[in-house]
Amino acid sequence: MRRTVILTMLSISVTAAVAAASEHVVGQKNKAFTAKSLRVKVGDTVSFRNDDPFFHNIFSLSEVKSFDLGSFPQGQSRSATFDKPGVIEVECAIHPEMKMTIRVEK
Amino acid sequence: LAALAGAVLLAMTPAAARDAGDPYLRPAKAPEPAHNRSTPERVVLGKALFFDPRLSGSDWISCASCHNPALGWSDGLPTGIGDGMKRLKRHTPTIVNIGFATPLMWDGRAPNLEEQALGPIAAGEEMNQDIPGLIKKLSRLEGYVSMFEKAYPGEGITEKSIGKALAAYQRTVLSTESPFDRWRKGDARAVSDSAKRGFDLFTGKANCVKCHEGFNFSDNGFHNIGLKPTGPEPDMGRFGQRKVAIMRGAFKTPTLRDIALTAPYMHNGMYATLEEVVEHYDRGGDVQDNLSPEMKPLDLTAQEKADLVAFMKSLTGRPMQVVVPQLPN
Repeated sequence: MRRTVILTMLSISVTAAVAAASEHVVGQKNKAFTAKSLRVKVGDTVSFRNDDPFFHNIFSLSEVKSFDLGSFPQGQSRSATFDKPGVIEVECAIHPEMKMTIRVEK
Repeated sequence: LAALAGAVLLAMTPAAARDAGDPYLRPAKAPEPAHNRSTPERVVLGKALFFDPRLSGSDWISCASCHNPALGWSDGLPTGIGDGMKRLKRHTPTIVNIGFATPLMWDGRAPNLEEQALGPIAAGEEMNQDIPGLIKKLSRLEGYVSMFEKAYPGEGITEKSIGKALAAYQRTVLSTESPFDRWRKGDARAVSDSAKRGFDLFTGKANCVKCHEGFNFSDNGFHNIGLKPTGPEPDMGRFGQRKVAIMRGAFKTPTLRDIALTAPYMHNGMYATLEEVVEHYDRGGDVQDNLSPEMKPLDLTAQEKADLVAFMKSLTGRPMQVVVPQLPN
């Protein structure tokens, strides 16, 4: 009985955490991000959607969150989840003038 | 009436149907940073520095030694030659329209012209001149002391003012009106039918426009186009600056303006003609490892290849005329 209660509580807790996390969408259009900066919460996911008729390759080499989403064409998206607070510079490797900042808050 | 309007638009060719906002026509001047607005004094100073071999450790190599206006602001060699006649590993890029191109260098390591201008001067394998030594050298020449004071009052001869003057001059190195430009402006006879077909291929089947876009025919981006290596060590290109997988072997997209004047081609100068370049792209590149996903075999006919070359040659205008300056003493 006690075990069942603990499992139920854990399940509620996980469900609450999942419910609290949000997904944000940032497009890439005309070799620019559709947002220059974005504020998200720890645990949130950002989906990067390519609206240009050529490939983009979104990445970050920031200490807080380093990722390389690979190259993807028009109409496709790639996502990154931000699990630590801090400021993250996001760029396109192919088109270096494409830059944005994501501020991850607790 | 609508039919008549349509007929008029067709008769005007692709060009005149557009207004002054044609993305294929060059803006009148290159953008300038707020801290280095162009003035005649700054351009004159930068021009003197650009042509002065005393900017090198050997007092023998100037910026113009490699970026020679008589050779399309390049050097006509597969790869440049630096201090001590040593062969460099990359092709000397033209500086035509360089004021529109950021970041700079084949691997994009210079964020702007002001910083880029100092790089080859200080590089041991290129001009091999340490900057403090250069400042001393220039400060002993009264002519330069006076020119710097007129161009950058109160700043003196410093690393920053040298870089700014060179940048100010290089922003004046611009492509001139080419047959392609005249066609875009409405002169239907400015280019051949082959070149017109080539433009359609360039923006369509051949996929060139994915990277060579806009009036300068460059996306200012970086791509691995699958060139065979020409040296014993693979050149990692942009990866040296950005440790992102797709950047291994990727290089800056060069302008195609004045392309007929700047052979040989590619970052390693491996192709002597535009025909060879088109064959490379038709094969979809040679080295498939880490190839840009934009690269695909094109299956072009012989006529289509000739049309693409005709189009690219139509991007070459009558070169900007340059009077070599008398250097200060």
